[in-house]
Amino acid sequence: MQESTEIAYNSRVESDVVATRLDAALSWFRKNSLWPMPMGLACCAIELMATGASRFDIARFGAEVMRFSPRQCDVMIVSGTVTYKMATAVRRIYDQMCEPKWVIAMGACASTGGMYRSYSVLQGVDRVIPVDVYVAGCPTRPEALLDALIKLQSKIQKDAVLAKLKKAG
Amino acid sequence: MDSLLFAHQLRNRFGEVVSQPNQFRDEVTLIVSDPERIADVCAAAKKEFGFDYLKDISSVDNYGSDPRWTVVYHIYGYGHRCHLRLKTDVSEAKSELPTVAGVWRGADWHEREVYDMMGIRFRGHPDLRRILMWEGYPYFPLRKDFPLAGKSTDVPEVAFSNPAPLEGGPFVTTPGVGHAAAREPRAKVFEEKKA
Repeated sequence: MQESTEIAYNSRVESDVVATRLDAALSWFRKNSLWPMPMGLACCAIELMATGASRFDIARFGAEVMRFSPRQCDVMIVSGTVTYKMATAVRRIYDQMCEPKWVIAMGACASTGGMYRSYSVLQGVDRVIPVDVYVAGCPTRPEALLDALIKLQSKIQKDAVLAKLKKAG
Repeated sequence: MDSLLFAHQLRNRFGEVVSQPNQFRDEVTLIVSDPERIADVCAAAKKEFGFDYLKDISSVDNYGSDPRWTVVYHIYGYGHRCHLRLKTDVSEAKSELPTVAGVWRGADWHEREVYDMMGIRFRGHPDLRRILMWEGYPYFPLRKDFPLAGKSTDVPEVAFSNPAPLEGGPFVTTPGVGHAAAREPRAKVFEEKKA
């Protein structure tokens, strides 16, 4: 019975082997390397910059690679007031991002239009693009944005990657 | 030299076109009775009296009274450090007055903003397009008869807009010429919606 013991437990490779499902592993890869598209439109963008800087350090959660090209990004962080004039551009940039892609609506304005109940401001960016996580705040504190990122990560972890790929053919 | 002196000199130069200076809290205002002369008055203020800086052009909607528009010019001279305010009334039927972009180049964008928000046109302006709203937007949103919530519009591939849900909220000032205290949002009484 020497061999079966060998397969079930081997103290020499114990720390090098992780038993998991492929689905879970793929989600894990994805969620820990989110490249944000910084859609900075107003004062929330300043907090977004603070979140990226050394004090709050979004790199701790694997999302430090801000890219200004939508083709290299996974998560669009809409930080600020989306005006009607900008709404079409936000939609176009979202369309240019590759799947899989997610959206964080950062702050009151991006989530609902905020205090701008007026003729010029889109009443929530979810009217033009699908949003995964909404963050409160005016502007949002960096801690809150990090919390939103962690929430998005747990959402991504639950994603059935293989099933989706299979469905897509 | 102070603003009042310049104001009197401007009045001497143009006669009845320019009103007596009105001084309030050390700010001097002149009313130009004929909007067609505003460019002449501005040119003289710059060339003869050293007002070399146009700080701002703004517009007022006196909704419900005639003439409806007041266009306000804030000018300043770096040489003598005096401020002056010029006002002129424009009727709604006309909604047009000569540009001062030929006097101060900075007037270009100020006048575009007034045109964009109020719909007052500036004759002779080098490039009178909208500056804040997009091309094709059909309204002038700072007019008092334009609802704060906005209106539905759609210019394909450019921009769309929809009315914001105000839900009866106390945000909108009543337009008109009555006393401001009676027109301001908190003067309104809103009935609680019974569930």
